[in-house]
Amino acid sequence: MSDRGNSLVSEDEVDNERRRFLIATTAGVGAVGAVGAALPFVLSFQPSERAKAIGAPVEVDISKLEPGQRMIATWRGQPVWVMRRTEKALKDLETMSAFLRDPESKVVSQQPAYAQNVARATKAEYLVVIGYCTHLGCSPTYLPEGTPHNLGDEWKGGFFCPCHGSKFDLAGRVFKGVPAPTNLVVPPYHYLNDTLILVGEDGGAA
Amino acid sequence: MGKKIVDLLTFLLGWIDARFPLTKMWNEHLGQYYAPKNFNFWYFFGSLALVVLINQFVTGIWLTMSYKPDGELAFASVEYIMRDVPWGWLIRYMHAVGASAFFVVIYLHMFRGLMYGSYKHPRELLWITGMFIYLCLMAEAFLGYLLPWGQMSYWGAKVIISLFGAIPYIGETLVLWIAGDYVISDVTLNRFFSFHVIAVPIALLGLVCVHVLALHEVGSNNPDGVEIKKNKDKNGIPLDGIPFHPYYSVKDLVGVVVFLIFFASIIFFAPAMNGYFLEHNNFVPANPMVTPEHIAPVWYFTPFYAILRAVPDKLLGVVAMGAAVMVLFLLPWLDRNPVKSIRYRGTLYKWILGIFVVSFVALGWLGMQQPTEVLTLMARIFSILYFAFFLLMPFYSKWDKTKPVPDRVTYK
Repeated sequence: MSDRGNSLVSEDEVDNERRRFLIATTAGVGAVGAVGAALPFVLSFQPSERAKAIGAPVEVDISKLEPGQRMIATWRGQPVWVMRRTEKALKDLETMSAFLRDPESKVVSQQPAYAQNVARATKAEYLVVIGYCTHLGCSPTYLPEGTPHNLGDEWKGGFFCPCHGSKFDLAGRVFKGVPAPTNLVVPPYHYLNDTLILVGEDGGAA
Repeated sequence: MGKKIVDLLTFLLGWIDARFPLTKMWNEHLGQYYAPKNFNFWYFFGSLALVVLINQFVTGIWLTMSYKPDGELAFASVEYIMRDVPWGWLIRYMHAVGASAFFVVIYLHMFRGLMYGSYKHPRELLWITGMFIYLCLMAEAFLGYLLPWGQMSYWGAKVIISLFGAIPYIGETLVLWIAGDYVISDVTLNRFFSFHVIAVPIALLGLVCVHVLALHEVGSNNPDGVEIKKNKDKNGIPLDGIPFHPYYSVKDLVGVVVFLIFFASIIFFAPAMNGYFLEHNNFVPANPMVTPEHIAPVWYFTPFYAILRAVPDKLLGVVAMGAAVMVLFLLPWLDRNPVKSIRYRGTLYKWILGIFVVSFVALGWLGMQQPTEVLTLMARIFSILYFAFFLLMPFYSKWDKTKPVPDRVTYK
């Protein structure tokens, strides 16, 4: 018996290259396994099937909406504002460009293609937006023209976020110099008939 | 008779010691852990943090017995605890006030570290483990604040989770992943509950053990910033050290009693602290449709919230807020001055530390206010001062004229 001291094999019997290879491959396979085992736990955080089902499209009846009025519907638990704009409000939208960060709605993530126009709507009269500020998700307050305010001369009615002071015009377009980076989100929607909107679905055209 | 009992106990201790290092651990951490003899008022807050931690664990376990982590039931179950559960109101207020007390104690504990240079060599890792505890504590407070499912719970969580949405490309997906739903919902509440009562407390407990072990490895700093291990007697015991038990265990008990007087007074006479500990809006059930007029986090987060609001850009605001916390990790390497204690540092550092404290407190106040132009300007100035304290430290800590540090601690 050779002198191995405290070791099971003596130094010259060790094949270091083989040992390194085996350690590396074992650790590598183990790491892959660990990542694989972690995946179900990470993916489990995603919305459940039930949460997705509750996110189905909702119908909004706009027949009782008067010019200047706003109603709040719920889609995916979020407030969806449907607002009927007055003719003056629609005219005012054209004059706002200089004060807005994205007057032509160029940021595509914020609205479907069919709402990329001045009114940000398929029918200019009706605005449909998600009522969460694009800054940190507070729900802005509706301030129609004529409500007392201290928001400057360019203010012609719109939405003001009390949390961090972001301002949006009556098409949900964000003002310059406020913390919100983008316009309010227009959800996918289409008209089922003249007085019924389906929020949450693009409709055949899109 | 007496002798027999002593014999029996001695035998029992010997029996245990042969199987578990009980006496060894007792000696290492209490009986023969030598702490500097010149500790002052500021050295109460470490042990007080432990007291509050135990308070949070015990009251938390009891609250969990009656609380329902369910979007439909949560708010009512908290009211049930407050009105119907025997002594439920006391246990709930102990937990809620305990959360604020935790931050009071921890902020003072951290300030002690700043004053006496307790983060410097060889205690860098001690400081870093402490910072991890602070992060855990912030997570724990944030997660727990959603559970009563009041308006502030809801919208506070919404705002903080939305912060992650500022991250380019993955932001939106990340927000959905954290909340588990398209809005903050029952799903979010349930997972926050799980983290609040299981995951983070376990991490916290582990980190506290690591923190104490690290402390006992390097030894405590002291108001003079002198290493007591440099001067030992012939038995290897620091000349300026006294055993933690009974000297500091008894001293800390006095601190605990004084702390409990304040703690109990608040619990009994002002548990909501006029909206500072429990915000008024949180007595209204969560409503995803209506944002409260004014959203502000609880006081211990407001300095960072003020920094977030001071930056006029969403992503940069989030980055600044994160950096305001993370920069503390770098403290041991930003400070280039070998002198630890403020007692022997120059006038320059004293002024700068003073300005830093004023900035932190001012930001805390600003974070609670509705933003106006003047206040936003103030928040910007104080944010710059806050960061200047850290980022200019490598320079001013070098320029500062220090006084000679004594060889031994000063003790009257």
